[in-house]
Amino acid sequence: MTQPVAPAGANTWILGTRKGAWSMRRPTGGGKQLQLEEPWFFGCQVHHVVQDPRGAGTILAAVRTGHLGPTVYRSTDDGRTWKEAERPPQFRAKEEYTDSNLAADDPRRQGLTVDHVFFLAPAHASQPGVWYAGVSPIGLFKSEDDGVTWNGVPGFNDSAILAKWCYNFAPGTPDGPKCHSVQVDPVNPKRMILGLSGGGLFLSEDQGGSWRPVNGGVAMDFAPPKEDGSEYEFGHDPHDAVIHPANPRRWYHQNHCGIYRLDWNEEVKEQRWKRIGNNMPKEIGDIGFPMTCHPKDDKTCWVVPMDGGTVWPRTSVGGKPTVFRTRDAGESWQCLDRGLPPRAWYTVLRQAMAHNGGTPLELAFGTTSGDVWGSADEGDSWQSLASGLPKIMSVTAARLS
Amino acid sequence: MPGVRVRMAPLLYSYTGGLRVIEIDAASATNVGEVMAALDSRFPGLAFRVIDEQGHIRPHVNIFLGEEKVLDLATPISPGSEIYIVGALSGG
Repeated sequence: MTQPVAPAGANTWILGTRKGAWSMRRPTGGGKQLQLEEPWFFGCQVHHVVQDPRGAGTILAAVRTGHLGPTVYRSTDDGRTWKEAERPPQFRAKEEYTDSNLAADDPRRQGLTVDHVFFLAPAHASQPGVWYAGVSPIGLFKSEDDGVTWNGVPGFNDSAILAKWCYNFAPGTPDGPKCHSVQVDPVNPKRMILGLSGGGLFLSEDQGGSWRPVNGGVAMDFAPPKEDGSEYEFGHDPHDAVIHPANPRRWYHQNHCGIYRLDWNEEVKEQRWKRIGNNMPKEIGDIGFPMTCHPKDDKTCWVVPMDGGTVWPRTSVGGKPTVFRTRDAGESWQCLDRGLPPRAWYTVLRQAMAHNGGTPLELAFGTTSGDVWGSADEGDSWQSLASGLPKIMSVTAARLS
Repeated sequence: MPGVRVRMAPLLYSYTGGLRVIEIDAASATNVGEVMAALDSRFPGLAFRVIDEQGHIRPHVNIFLGEEKVLDLATPISPGSEIYIVGALSGG
């Protein structure tokens, strides 16, 4: 769930892949067959493509070429032309940390280099033109001019404790550590969350000025139990998190160690997550990457279970692709595999599942083996939309003319 | 005084408007880093595609001064120098 609010009237799936981005558009004048267009940024890694749902319709794309490093492209004409950001996200030069309060071994003192821009998120509806970008290695950037120039968010990127939160920026996650799931509360623009893989979920209540961990109740099976029996405050591995757009007091997230829901309680100091993945069938488990929430119904979500056993193949459990849906906020789950292949060994990455915001709600997900599956009935059945594409890293909805 | 000639990798043509060879005034640059800065002032954004925010040449780009691979942007140049910016191997 990387796009809790899809642009109104979405008629297109945009696929970010290992070798470029493709749009699949519903033909004007109707017709069910989606039309796969020629690629954008052919040959480049495209981690995320997001159209602004706030009205302007700007599309931003997180692009990395093998040779030339990471950048952000923007289009203000529905993808007909693209222009590179004048100042793409880039970390501070190491010299700027010389007199800082960072620890002596903090990698920022040696200089961090953005490897790739991973996640793009529009800010609050009341802040048109403001966007956030999560990058690898861990960093958060902000644009206040609709993606033309980007600057680090000092309250996050320069925080001394960030190094502790994110394992000192160590490259533990395959393809590099990720700052993802940047979500702004749709009611309270000062409240934001983001996810670090690894590191956990973090909350800001002053629009990014300061942050604190919010991982209470979340398992961390990859670390030994603490001697005093207490929980780890950070160090977790959220894969995909969302503040529900219709009920911002309800959050969901798919973690490396389960599926969770948090119902914000103003009465308590520490918010706690509930492991709703415990209600999944035991033989399926509750490991996966993406979690997509219905944009209007805060009880309905979809996940794509994967094999997190043994050496973590990350493929469909038992080689049998499924999607699971809850209609009661995770108290029970239904297996939705009608139309999906009986056997397949793909992975669905965290940014590779989306809804189109429509009525009825359509869903789509893309696989690491380059297939796209869609559902026009909220997951009850699935149809192949495309195949033979490169590894799909993101799926989002857009409205293209 | 002869200028400094920079031969571009095809992957940078989109920044140079298709120009393959760029002539830099030798008086405006004394080393490779200054050549990159001169290129960037003419073709904004180009330098950051070759040199990262910490001043390092990106891992999959090579700069040659004549036949010598440039490891340090402070490498001096002289009038008539020929610089090649080429794409290196970058995986599949």
